[in-house]
Amino acid sequence: MTSPARNSRNKKEKRILLWMALPAFAVYASLYLYPALSNLLYATQKWDGITKPEFTGLRNITYLLTQDDLFRKALGNNLRFMLVVVIFQTAFALLFATFLLKNSKTNIFLRIVFFFPTILSSVSVGIIWTFLYDPSYGSITAFLKAIGLGSHAPLWLGNESITLYSIALTQVWFHTGQMIVIYVAGLQQIPKELYEAAEVDGASRWQQFKGITWPMALPTTAVVVAYTTIQTFRAFDLIFAMTGGGPSYASEILVTQIYNTAFISQKFGYASAQSIVLVVLVLFITWLQRKTLRVNDGAK
Amino acid sequence: MYKALRASLLTVYATIILLPCMIVITGAFKTDFEIYTKPLSLPAVWSFGNFRKLFVESNIATPFMNSVIVSAFSVFFTLLFASLAAYSISRLFTITGRILFLLFSLGLAIPGQVNIIPIFHLFVNLHLNNSLVGLVLVNIALTLPISIFILSAFFRDLPKEMFECAGMDGAGQFRIYRSIALPLSKPALGATAIFLFVICWNDLLYPLMLITETGKKTLPLVLIDYKGEYFASYSMQFAAILVASLPMVVMYLFMQRTFQAGLTAGAVKG
Repeated sequence: MTSPARNSRNKKEKRILLWMALPAFAVYASLYLYPALSNLLYATQKWDGITKPEFTGLRNITYLLTQDDLFRKALGNNLRFMLVVVIFQTAFALLFATFLLKNSKTNIFLRIVFFFPTILSSVSVGIIWTFLYDPSYGSITAFLKAIGLGSHAPLWLGNESITLYSIALTQVWFHTGQMIVIYVAGLQQIPKELYEAAEVDGASRWQQFKGITWPMALPTTAVVVAYTTIQTFRAFDLIFAMTGGGPSYASEILVTQIYNTAFISQKFGYASAQSIVLVVLVLFITWLQRKTLRVNDGAK
Repeated sequence: MYKALRASLLTVYATIILLPCMIVITGAFKTDFEIYTKPLSLPAVWSFGNFRKLFVESNIATPFMNSVIVSAFSVFFTLLFASLAAYSISRLFTITGRILFLLFSLGLAIPGQVNIIPIFHLFVNLHLNNSLVGLVLVNIALTLPISIFILSAFFRDLPKEMFECAGMDGAGQFRIYRSIALPLSKPALGATAIFLFVICWNDLLYPLMLITETGKKTLPLVLIDYKGEYFASYSMQFAAILVASLPMVVMYLFMQRTFQAGLTAGAVKG
């Protein structure tokens, strides 16, 4: 084939390749990028969704960051929810992944069982746990009564100081199995020889975990922590199904508040400003986590 | 010591997962009184009354079909568009290819939930609210970035020689995509399909915002409705959960591996 002919053919191939990306790009640009950009515009407006929007510049953002106590509360809730879920979900997942590392029949079966809640909808899980937490009829209360602690049973979803943690527990029940599977895949990459050598040296199980498993699993931990974090910021469905953010905003996180600001209070511009703070926050936290876990990884 | 600890912790955890499931499954066939007094026992009489009520009075078949339609079309078109784009990105070694990839990656960084307000107004203006087509479009847009990310990583790992040989033989890019790239990536496509299916089937936020007409509601939405309507009857709520979860559970029983692969593939960059 001569060179000009090949060139023209290459050009044609490239054009075909671009055409192939077009449908995805069209949908993505019009229903993802464009809304994301117009969100920036909305955030500078005062708008009830009906009358003409009024340009207010940065007033939404400054009010949000300096004077809005409810937003601060949702932000605090969101961070606490994130911390509790990330810590417990990661710790449990790592522990159970080390238990289920070998591909024996029992282990594979148990992984299937533990993974199961992940396929359910947040709404179903929310309803199931609303029942379990029910102060009069719920199974948890019944269990506490059976072991003689019935009088100590709190209002799991009705008590302002514990609601958020009750939902966090549900979230951990919901997604730990998923993280176990991620961890098992990661831990199975660690060369067996390392453990064999450690065994010869007489290292205890705990020493092996500290010296081999933990440092070698750090990249996987980074993935698990990042994914869990994102999940806690997206927990709208679960919280909406369980408490709707109550009682008195005790379980309100950022996404539920954005939803309420827009669709209950009809303050669309203000809700957009809130969602921009959310994006910046999520980007910052994931960047921070990646940096921390990578530094550790290099320093091991 | 370690063995005993391991066995007991595994048993406790399995119990914590399985007991609530058993309570829901048996509870759907019990009376509410039985759920409260004997949550763990089998129903004294297996009653299908709750299911009859769901299908006859609440007409759960309509939201069920809506969910089937929305999920099926969303998954199909996302996979089609994403695989075409991913193939294109992994074969375009030009600036345009890089820019395309970067633009789609931007979608991974911006959580889709923050777009609810502009999407709501856009869809109201386009009369795409209260429409299943609207839901399908939202689902496609939201899941394209992650799907493209997963699939393009997979395409890039396929041996280059295969594409080059086919190119020498005069096969055009579209034919290489259809007769080489797609068949070779069946496992990746299957895992991504399951991943997308679970997302679309279970999503609440966007239907909640866009759908108000009863006839257009999807399953998660009516589950929320039932929670209010049948607040005094957990057995009804449990029956509804069973109906809504059945397709996923049946698929999971036959394809646990694909589910596990699919629902963790998203984690690589969720």
